[in-house]
Amino acid sequence: MSSRPEHAAPPEVFYDDTEARKYTSSSRIIEIQGKLTKRALELLALPDDGIPKLLLDIGCGSGLSGEKLSKKGHQWIGLDISQSMLNVALEREVEGDLLLGDMGQGLGLRDGVIDGAISISAVQWLCNADKSSHDPRLRLKAFFGSLYRSLSRGARAVFQVYPENVDQRVLILNYAMRAGFSGGVVVDFPHSSKRRKEYLVLTCGPPSVNTSIPKGKSEEDGESCSDEESSGDEENQTVCVSDRHRPRKKQKTMRGKGREWVLKKKEQLRRKGNVVPPDTKYTARKRKARF
Amino acid sequence: MRLLTHNMLSSNMKGVSNGFPLRIEVEKVVEKQVDFNPDFLKNMFSKVHWKALADASRIMGYAELPEEADRSMLDSDDFLRKFHHALLELHLEEGALVCPETGRRFPVNKGIPNMLLHEDEV
Repeated sequence: MSSRPEHAAPPEVFYDDTEARKYTSSSRIIEIQGKLTKRALELLALPDDGIPKLLLDIGCGSGLSGEKLSKKGHQWIGLDISQSMLNVALEREVEGDLLLGDMGQGLGLRDGVIDGAISISAVQWLCNADKSSHDPRLRLKAFFGSLYRSLSRGARAVFQVYPENVDQRVLILNYAMRAGFSGGVVVDFPHSSKRRKEYLVLTCGPPSVNTSIPKGKSEEDGESCSDEESSGDEENQTVCVSDRHRPRKKQKTMRGKGREWVLKKKEQLRRKGNVVPPDTKYTARKRKARF
Repeated sequence: MRLLTHNMLSSNMKGVSNGFPLRIEVEKVVEKQVDFNPDFLKNMFSKVHWKALADASRIMGYAELPEEADRSMLDSDDFLRKFHHALLELHLEEGALVCPETGRRFPVNKGIPNMLLHEDEV
């Protein structure tokens, strides 16, 4: 992660004809994209009833991830801001429909019609202001707001993201929660700097039994990884859950420091050689309210 | 762009309260064969805005769809075939989508509608 494309240029400029061609002819990128899409589909947890769904691919690019969706039989609509990437998608004759659009301007879809949304390595672009008129906060708000409206109840959205730092992750998650989503971040391989992948798993509507956050992947399952020592299962998985319906922190009922604390302090002072009254049954006792 | 996508798209310009359905200006329509899947159609039926689909398919030169439809018609294979053809096989290759309130044109090139808004429209 030494060079981030977000820092180079806005997406519609960065992914020009040459970059789009490069992106789609690299077998390594194709493989990675395929894996990420597969995992995202897994996290999307669509009901296994064999009925094709209408999915949304946000930042579909040249349709690498869309091909995986088509393979599973789903219909999809892809949105991307780069005309060059979409041209490559046309050449590859992807099966989904393509839209040239900016996710930061809102999606412009009818309410409650989409069965699920995925996005591979795209949402972090929203955190950058590429024009003077861009405000990342407003763009995130527009994006998540319109996405929430267009998804059907209980539908999920899975975004694989590369946040630059903790602040970006918090920002993205924050705006997702404000839009009404519940869910959290699933981190695969949190201890590996190369294989670490973050997925935002969001569910439309308030949390219920079937909105539980899936577990992150660790080194142990899947293919073996040589350069990583694999410690216990628990340590390799990070799942944090947050939503706006979370119960408030319980108010502390204990007031004052308590007898134990007083005894400890008295002991400390005694060791210093101060004159300290002896410990009795009256030490740090409760007073009546009128005191 | 298929009519499936047209049926989901609405104009999201600033100040537009009802940007659906987008009017279609046709320059070129192509047809592409797609596998027939009745389950998908039955699932989509409740989500599709029927009138918008019927009108749009008529503009695209396919007048077989009835004005109104309800669930009971889904049992008929003939109806499903027509529904399938209109929803998934008709592609708007060249033309434009027009916002019903403001008249803003979103050009469609090579089957890709350009939904990018200008800075003052966001």
